[in-house]
Amino acid sequence: MVNLKRGSGGIAVPEKKELSSSAKIVDAGLPNELVLFLSQHTGAPASALVKAGDSVKRGQLVASTQGAVSAAVHAPTSGKVKAVEDRYHPVQGRLCQAIVLEPDGLNELDESVRPRASAVEDITKEDLVALAREIGLVGLGGAAFPTAVKLTPPPNKPIDTYLLNGIECEPYLTADDRIMVEEPHDVVFGFRALMKSAGVKRGIVCIEDNKPEAIEAMREAIKPFGELELAVVPTRYPRGGEKQLIQVVLGREVPPPPGLPLDVGVIVSNVGTAYAMAQAVQKGLPLVERIVTVTGEGVKTPCNFRSLIGTPVSYLIELAGGFSGPVGKVIMGGPMMGVSLKDLNAPIVKGTSGLVVLQRGQIKREKVLPCIKCGRCVEACPMGLLPVWIAACSDSGYLEDAEKYRAMDCIECGCCAYECPSKRPLVQSIKLAKNRITAKRRALAAKK
Amino acid sequence: MLEAGVFLGLAGLSIGLLLALAAKKFKVEEDARVSAIISVLPGANCGGCGYPGCAGFAAAVAEGKAPVSGCIVGGNPVAEKISEIMGVAAQSVSPLVAVVYCQGDNEQAAKIAEYEGITDCAALNMLGGDKECTYGCLGLGSCVRACKFDAMYMNDKGLPVVITEKCTGCGACVRACPRGVIDLAPADKEVHVRCRSYDKGPVVRKYCKVGCIACTACVRACPQKAITMDRGTLAKIDYSLCDNCGICSTKCPVKTISYPKKAAEKAS
Repeated sequence: MVNLKRGSGGIAVPEKKELSSSAKIVDAGLPNELVLFLSQHTGAPASALVKAGDSVKRGQLVASTQGAVSAAVHAPTSGKVKAVEDRYHPVQGRLCQAIVLEPDGLNELDESVRPRASAVEDITKEDLVALAREIGLVGLGGAAFPTAVKLTPPPNKPIDTYLLNGIECEPYLTADDRIMVEEPHDVVFGFRALMKSAGVKRGIVCIEDNKPEAIEAMREAIKPFGELELAVVPTRYPRGGEKQLIQVVLGREVPPPPGLPLDVGVIVSNVGTAYAMAQAVQKGLPLVERIVTVTGEGVKTPCNFRSLIGTPVSYLIELAGGFSGPVGKVIMGGPMMGVSLKDLNAPIVKGTSGLVVLQRGQIKREKVLPCIKCGRCVEACPMGLLPVWIAACSDSGYLEDAEKYRAMDCIECGCCAYECPSKRPLVQSIKLAKNRITAKRRALAAKK
Repeated sequence: MLEAGVFLGLAGLSIGLLLALAAKKFKVEEDARVSAIISVLPGANCGGCGYPGCAGFAAAVAEGKAPVSGCIVGGNPVAEKISEIMGVAAQSVSPLVAVVYCQGDNEQAAKIAEYEGITDCAALNMLGGDKECTYGCLGLGSCVRACKFDAMYMNDKGLPVVITEKCTGCGACVRACPRGVIDLAPADKEVHVRCRSYDKGPVVRKYCKVGCIACTACVRACPQKAITMDRGTLAKIDYSLCDNCGICSTKCPVKTISYPKKAAEKAS
């Protein structure tokens, strides 16, 4: 058992996980069309290797990496490439190049999909890193950072601990919970593979105490392995953020950006990522499917699906029994950090952990009132920032001041806006400031 | 009483002398032309010239870094005055005005989502907008708030309108628009392709009644050969060739191209 430290900030939110936490993972099957964005990850977009009319097979590489921080894209099923064109990206909010695939229903495997090893001991460290890069593995918790980059830290930064993130602090979502309950041995296999590839000796599985079933399953699964420990973390949003998790479990503080967990000798990966890694080692399957929770009071039967990347949102909602009444919002991701969709034909991307459908009656449109300087946002901020000031600087156009108050450190968890009694859209203001600061830095860098 | 008066008088006299001496000794040599130029500038500090305010521009002109015709707002009259001060020949500038290259208001291009959040087009643009068109006007009026000359307003259908008589061509609205829907065009030109969507014709047709569908009717109709198809999907007018005849506007099946009203009035 790991001794826990105190973390700062955060809030208690209604969990609502009971809607889908007991629903077994079921296969979502084949939709009529799959849309594979070339930019589903943090970093440079992949470049397409196929063109309209080409035939592809399940697991075939269809877009290769460009640059060091990038991830490859593979065909989730066999079929024909309908087009390579610009489609509206639901998360990035702009047009992005995408490969549109029409499944042929045969689901033929590509010859590149072959088992690599049946035990972690049978495969070398270098092969594991190469495999993670080859299969286009990214962090499946949401930010979708290419895993292979995490696994190759610079030699001057020794890593001593690997954290497996099974916190899933977002309300409603149960995808990680179900993976741990149903496939604990695969998760542990993948975790050990990740640890080996990064050369880390100590691994800690972190789970929030609102998932007793998952805790028991994982406790059993890690028993044979002495290097693995279990940390049961008290439930509080946003413990699942990697910086918050490191703070609580190890008591180490990640330095502000561009500081990374590896600066304090830690790597964090999601349980979904470990599971995908296990699939890659045991079956050779690239990252072409993931577990997606479709839940919320707005769907008839909340479910956990094993869904192909690129499946349209509308298809999954139909599969979950359709809407239960007038719809208020369909959110991709959790209700705290997810984005509200404007188009239900948008596809699932690698980072989509769930779809939350809310009823019309659940959406409150409250009037935005002036700030009363109560400081609740400051108390709630898990990064120790002053959301009220950053937002005020952003709203009045003082970018330099927003930067000085460390707008770029914001993790956009939404605690400040959730707590605000005046219902001010603080996160949106801060996001806008971050966006403008990034644009300014880019312009400056281009000048040099 | 008397002592106080003498003391105050002496103190005042000595401090006065000190100040007079200091003013002589530490006199800052200022280019007289700078203050002269500032006095003829409009004084709106709009930044349209690219310098920080009118004073910054005046200093740059005096140093020879900025052209005498650099003040877009002042136009030819101001350029003439500045060239007099600087003692150089005046170059004539052709005035520019802001043009909104989108007609997709709430009636022509319906919203497909409800936006709630801060009233700033840049914030809405980060979410991809609330319409299907990813190129057109977002309708939250960031451009109107950026205008320092009261030359823009939002109409009741959610589209900004430029009052060309008031517009000085400073370009503040152009910089405020995250979608690049507003641009500066020569003030004497009235024919504009009022669409910025690079989507293919059938796609545009689905979400906007007045978007360019790339039928190329205007390209074929233009007697001056001033219209080309940008990226093959959007008509673009070369203003240096356009003569305001308006034939393209009459040929456009979706009324994307504006008709030259003033030019027509003059002719009749």
